[in-house]
Amino acid sequence: MKKIRLIIWREFITRVRKPSFLIMTILGPLLIVGAITATVFLAMQEKGPQTIYIHDKAHLFTNKLTPSEELGITYYYSYDDLPDSAFKASPYTMLIHLNEKIITNDQAQVFYKDLPSQKVQNYVSNDLEQVLRKAKLALDSVDVNSYDRYSKPLKFELFDIEKGGKRSYDEVKAVLGFAFGYLIFIFVFVYGVQVMRGVMEEKQNRIVEVLVSSVTPFQLMMGKIVGVAMVGLTQFLLWILITSVLSTVGMGFAKDRMAELAAAQVPGQATVQLQQEIGMTPGEAQASEDAQDLKIAFELWDDLPVARIIGLFLFYFLGGYLLYSSMLAAIGAAVDAESDTQQFMFPITIPLMVGIFIAQTAVYNPDGPAVFWSSIIPLTSPVVMMIRVATGNAFEHPVHLVLSMVLLVAAFILTTWLAGRIYRTGILMYGKKVSWKELGKWLFYRG
Amino acid sequence: MLTCENIVKRYSTHTALDGVSMEVPAGKVFGLLGPNGAGKTTLIRIITRITGPDAGRVLLDGHAMTDADVARMGYLPEERGLYKKMKVGEQAVYLARLKGMDKADATKKLKEWFERWDLAGWWNKKVEELSKGMQQKVQFITTVLHGPKLLILDEPFSGFDPINAELVRGEILRLRDEGVTVMLSTHSMPSVEEMCDHIALIDKSRVVLHGNVKEIRRRYATDTYKLEFKGHKVAFADALAFHGEILEHREEDGITTARVKLLHGAKLNDVLGSTLRAVEFIGAHEEVPRMHDIFIRVVSETAPETVTSGMTE
Repeated sequence: MKKIRLIIWREFITRVRKPSFLIMTILGPLLIVGAITATVFLAMQEKGPQTIYIHDKAHLFTNKLTPSEELGITYYYSYDDLPDSAFKASPYTMLIHLNEKIITNDQAQVFYKDLPSQKVQNYVSNDLEQVLRKAKLALDSVDVNSYDRYSKPLKFELFDIEKGGKRSYDEVKAVLGFAFGYLIFIFVFVYGVQVMRGVMEEKQNRIVEVLVSSVTPFQLMMGKIVGVAMVGLTQFLLWILITSVLSTVGMGFAKDRMAELAAAQVPGQATVQLQQEIGMTPGEAQASEDAQDLKIAFELWDDLPVARIIGLFLFYFLGGYLLYSSMLAAIGAAVDAESDTQQFMFPITIPLMVGIFIAQTAVYNPDGPAVFWSSIIPLTSPVVMMIRVATGNAFEHPVHLVLSMVLLVAAFILTTWLAGRIYRTGILMYGKKVSWKELGKWLFYRG
Repeated sequence: MLTCENIVKRYSTHTALDGVSMEVPAGKVFGLLGPNGAGKTTLIRIITRITGPDAGRVLLDGHAMTDADVARMGYLPEERGLYKKMKVGEQAVYLARLKGMDKADATKKLKEWFERWDLAGWWNKKVEELSKGMQQKVQFITTVLHGPKLLILDEPFSGFDPINAELVRGEILRLRDEGVTVMLSTHSMPSVEEMCDHIALIDKSRVVLHGNVKEIRRRYATDTYKLEFKGHKVAFADALAFHGEILEHREEDGITTARVKLLHGAKLNDVLGSTLRAVEFIGAHEEVPRMHDIFIRVVSETAPETVTSGMTE
């Protein structure tokens, strides 16, 4: 046993010390956080201040609109039209025509130089609508407050009876599960291939015969598999550490924001449109929506059985890795050069690809037969089962979960044993072009 | 010290070893010879427990070999290498620890060896930075570092320049003098003559020659002598008459060297007696056959017999 520990340590330390490991460890979270921040930032990013020319032919809107400092919106009012060429030459970014029959035809034409963001569009259209509504009401002498009372929307709140009367976010969870599954797919592939490369390196360096005069081929193979697993786990742990440090900082900001928004009464699921009907200002509506997203995030966090999910994630990660890395070790032992690995790699990567494909459909349909079978069969279960785990579907069918776990363990024990037999024959065999048939023969060679 | 009893190993396409037996006496240098493909490497891999025999067994000091015995053996394969990207010192310690040495002991001893063999400055370099000769020195050191009682070297001199080959040769003999049993597999016949006390010759998966080197050479002696003299070779040939046959001769600076094969049971004394007056003798030696010639002769014999005798000291 001591010898396996020596091998594990050597495999671990030589990889962890490489500069590429450190780079990936730091880069990984940075890339992810960076990518998310960038997309969010860009989505929110205004393209610059909006100076909007209001062609108020209807004579209803002048000085009635609300500029927004946050969104950089300022209005300029005129009863006169601005011809297209003049608009292009002007410093205005948008031109809005409000025709004199707007009370009846409810039409506004907007010309823009740069497509304004959704936020700006929403803001301006809400702004105009409110003013228009007030004008309409005034025309019929309807009291604004009465109108608000009549048009109050129904609060349509959804609760999941299975989840003890709280709402469930199945789709969000499924996506989360898919993310887990995808992560497992990536790790299994990346680290499995590292095992294969390590085996090939030893064969190519001709050190393998020296090694097997001190340890058995099986010890050598297992030492390598476990050692690389430790590298993967270490990298993963470091990623979690770094990401959680970065996000606690981020959450810190979020908490401040929450406090700010606490004033805004947050109803059930309400879109900006609904909020308008209730009579919020556009600015308040936006704040309320942000708060809503955060509220969802917190509720989700409470709702998920985090400990169990992480535990199962680790189980499927390790199980999938052991399954595939043993097969990849066997391939590495069988071939002489990288080019020969292609014919063997292909059939091995197919189940993983199929798993990812099915996993994508599982996001929308977690109960289908394809998902069921692929979450049980060991070749695809590490990727697909995580979706069922994240949505809670797996806990509703514990028999499936247990069966899947047992089969995975049995499978990797089998593949490790088979791989061991191929490995011990292959590592000392050079110059033979190996076929699947040949591999089959090796299974039966005596040690 | 090491006994192989009727080792059989078959592969799907051919039989590598067909009932191979031999005795390797303790504290001597043993040569394992044979043409390529004869089965030498297979036998070595069975002895070093890399593969197992289909039949027969290997005994070490009288008891059947176990996995624990690997710590008492050192093996330098013919195709030998090191992790290119790993540092030399660290790697050597790793290999020693795999043999059962503890870290501190291995490090200390390695540093001593490195000093002795001019490798001291290379401890922290990657193996790929070393020259081939240096790498081979390191390979040899890692083979013997853990103080094995049985050393198995497969073509130890291949690829070595003469200086390093001499270094290794000296080390092998030194280890033998300290009581280590050395098994050498080689094609280099001069090495065999210089270093080996016993040999076994394997051909076509069988042992065809086995025993003490001196005794074997005498066994294959062809009663040929090398005679050096001054004088007329014609006179010599006449005087020699029926005692012997001149196989070849050459003359240089007035001295004739003749290889004479004795015939009809004649002895050297008879030849000297009859030719003493015809020429002026300078020297007379028995020609002991070279291992090279014995090897070729034995291997090319159409029906090689499995030799079971000749296991004398």
